[in-house]
Amino acid sequence: MKTVTLTVNGQSEKLTLAPHRTLLDILREDLGLTGAKRGCEAGECGACTVILNGKPVNSCLVLAVELDGAEVLTVEGLGGPEGLDPLQQAFVDNFALQCGYCTPGMILMGKALLAQNPRPSEAEVKEFISGNLCRCTGYENIVKAIMAVAAGGERHG
Amino acid sequence: MAEHRVLGKSVPRQDAVDKVTGAARFVDDIQFGPSLLHAKILRSPHPHARILAIDTAEAAKVPGVKAIVTGRDCRHYIGLYLADRTVYATDKVRFVGEPVAGVAADSIEAANEAVKLIKVEYEPLPGVFDPVSGALGRDVLVHETPASSDLWWQGLPCITTKAPGTLLHEHLGEYTCAPFIHPVPGTNISNHFKLRKGDIDRGFAAADVVVENVYTLPHIQHSQIEPHAAVAQVDRAGKVTLWASSQSPNAVRKLIATAFELPMSKIRVITPYVGGGFGGKAGVTCEALVVPLAMRLPGYHVKLTLTREEVFQATFVRQGLVARLKTGADKTGRLVALEAELFWDGGAYTEYGVNITRSGGYCSSGPYEIPNIKTDSYCVYTNHPVGGPMRGFGMPEIHWGIEQQMDILAEKLGIDPLAFRRMNALREGSLGAFGGPMEGATLVDTIDAVAAKCGWGGPVPSASTAHKLRGRGIACMYKAPSMPPNAQSSAIIKLNEDGTAHVLTTAMEIGQGSLTALAQIAAEELGLAADKVVVTLPDTDYTPYEWQTVASRISYSAGNAVLAAARDAKAQLLAVAAQVLAIPATDLVIADGQIFPLANPARKLAVSDIAMGYLLPEGAIGGPVIGRGAFIPAGITGLDKETGQGDKPAAFWTYGTQVADIEVDARTGEITVLKVTAAYEVGKIINPAMCKGQVQGGIVQGLGSALYEHLVLVDGKPLNSDFVDYKIPTATDTPEMDIILLETSPQADGPFGVKGIAEPTMVPTAPAIANAVYHATGVRILDLPLSAEKVLAALKKKQTREN
Ligand code: FES
Ligand code: FES
Repeated sequence: MKTVTLTVNGQSEKLTLAPHRTLLDILREDLGLTGAKRGCEAGECGACTVILNGKPVNSCLVLAVELDGAEVLTVEGLGGPEGLDPLQQAFVDNFALQCGYCTPGMILMGKALLAQNPRPSEAEVKEFISGNLCRCTGYENIVKAIMAVAAGGERHG
Repeated sequence: MAEHRVLGKSVPRQDAVDKVTGAARFVDDIQFGPSLLHAKILRSPHPHARILAIDTAEAAKVPGVKAIVTGRDCRHYIGLYLADRTVYATDKVRFVGEPVAGVAADSIEAANEAVKLIKVEYEPLPGVFDPVSGALGRDVLVHETPASSDLWWQGLPCITTKAPGTLLHEHLGEYTCAPFIHPVPGTNISNHFKLRKGDIDRGFAAADVVVENVYTLPHIQHSQIEPHAAVAQVDRAGKVTLWASSQSPNAVRKLIATAFELPMSKIRVITPYVGGGFGGKAGVTCEALVVPLAMRLPGYHVKLTLTREEVFQATFVRQGLVARLKTGADKTGRLVALEAELFWDGGAYTEYGVNITRSGGYCSSGPYEIPNIKTDSYCVYTNHPVGGPMRGFGMPEIHWGIEQQMDILAEKLGIDPLAFRRMNALREGSLGAFGGPMEGATLVDTIDAVAAKCGWGGPVPSASTAHKLRGRGIACMYKAPSMPPNAQSSAIIKLNEDGTAHVLTTAMEIGQGSLTALAQIAAEELGLAADKVVVTLPDTDYTPYEWQTVASRISYSAGNAVLAAARDAKAQLLAVAAQVLAIPATDLVIADGQIFPLANPARKLAVSDIAMGYLLPEGAIGGPVIGRGAFIPAGITGLDKETGQGDKPAAFWTYGTQVADIEVDARTGEITVLKVTAAYEVGKIINPAMCKGQVQGGIVQGLGSALYEHLVLVDGKPLNSDFVDYKIPTATDTPEMDIILLETSPQADGPFGVKGIAEPTMVPTAPAIANAVYHATGVRILDLPLSAEKVLAALKKKQTREN
């Protein structure tokens, strides 16, 4: 057992953990943040994507005991009392979800992309989210939603 | 037709905000606190073996282990159309991954540890791994006469064809089945569907061109991103509550009632959001496994979430198929004869798969009029994973061959493949393969729409580089909902005090958008804004009966029930309003939450003012408004056992056409799908954005099945049970999609004219791509998938031949 302190969605959390537990485990089981989903637990589907210290990661591959001092953003940390994050709203407006299981991961990938490349091309969006699987939508509307925010509403490139 | 206020509008999805914020709960997300136990399943390593002994003594000693169950604990046979399986294996194991024992423990680690310590003695048996030899041979039987039988069939709960206590039908061993399923006793054939239309010999005698080929398809996996999950809890009074990621809450309840001899009033199935279904969460999958564990541990919540490997191996897969098709046309281009032999690789249990064989059989002509047909469609037991429903229910499988036959024939006759299809298309009143007249047959509309949109016949743009070859291919399709003739739906609408409404159904939101679509139907009829109507998720204790969320039937069937419930509620509202306003109900209309006479809209009454009744000076009238609606499709007939002929085997048919533009890399064999143009005729569109989304998703799923999806089975062992080795399409594989939705033939008995769309969307994609590959390269590939290695090998072979 090891004790770590990390910040999740702006809140400091102190947890005592067995060494085999992953970030996904503690988010879902200890912190009740079930927005990050289990799809494969092997880094293959992206359903568990969260943003760790500014970078998107598959949380099923990250051991939680190594996260002392880390900062984590999950889908629950987006938006706020005043409403949805613009990217969340773009997913709603563009019908960029069906079953919704890949959605939290997709939105966080989109956030991460836009943070490092505010005006990506459509090809760059597709490339960036290609590690996140969606079996329902055919991806077109997901790409559209991200592009809608990227270009401040207009499509380009 | 009156202008619709809500229907036909892309209103936002009801579930969208929940799903973008992480608030949407799937089964694995529900928190149960300290009463939670974890289940793990011991699965068969053998494709076929007799179980000689099971020893759980060591496993039971692992600290934290609370219960262990095996096949001994639940011996009843269950199944949707053919009761051929038990919850855990009893006598034999018949596929790799079959459940042999279940463990519940207070941690996943303890459960895993215990599973490892269960000792099973097996006597391995030779297996059946090929549907053709499996159908013909009798030396290895996957199912022998079982030890006991069970008189039960899910689909026809209200129809008894014989006195209880006797078997419903001639049987396979002692298994019981639906009256339209025909097992061949003493063989591996669990259903033989026969179709004889016209005179096959005369048909081929009239043919000037005959094409015969064998088309094959491998098993593929639905690959929903949410793994199957179920949680069971049994309270002290013996009531079972089950949370399940399921498309079929009522079927789960029924099957579990049978498996454990429980009254249905003591089983409650709650289905929160489902993270993708596509047929793979229909019927019963893993839900029953946790029930006997929970029964031993009253008060605890026993949870099973499948691993990705388990999803690949131990949940339904799409059946493999070997299809021999012999098709003849005369020199004018008219199709005159078809002989089809379909061998479906049904896997170890075909409780659901038998009906796919039937659909594939009575649709074996494809969407074309052929006067003479002889079809034999066999569902064959093998020692492969269990075949079950997957998006299209036999249609992607049969169209893979049919649509290539059309191209080959057209080429031999020197006719344009689109024109050839158009000439032979089923039209209004044409006789289908089953001999009955087709209604609302709109294939030609979709062909014409696609042709115009993609500029069929015009030049195909040239390739990007010299070693790439461009091609364009077309494929058409039709599909009907494949369901028992009396698959039921029902709905309840409760008006609230403020004039909003709740719609209760057991239709399942699996991503297709049923909550929103059903809300739009109710809102349209009740004259309410779409956001004033909320559709709830199923809970079988509270929501009324729904057969299953499969077969692209929810907008149609549940939609009809919701429409009927809305009409009922509306009649109640109008009756009260008529009394209050002293105007006959027939002169009143409802719109925007107000009731008023058309002639004098200013004399209005808010729905909210009368939803709970109304207090007149002489006393109160009305009362809380509750609408009820039920639907059962009318006039669906059986098919003759010997000829497969009948009037109307299905409620309606959806037609569509796709054209694929592709590029083949001649150096690697790799195919890139550049663009798919698709047209579907859907009767009436409820929500254009959602409808289009279905088509987009279906095309991309079809593309995956065309290019790479293949569950590799060697001697019954699956070799690629993860997303690294089993590739599904990613964002970079998505082609440009040009989608046309037509409303040329509203369905007479569909709510507002609605037909189904979800499944048809993936049906023609693979053959359209195969036809495009031929167009680009002159190479024809008859077995899926069109992997780069296969294409390259075929290109090389062609080159050698030509040199
Ligand atoms: S669950 Fe982490 S990548 Fe699939
Ligand atoms: S919306 Fe279902 S997996 Fe993406």
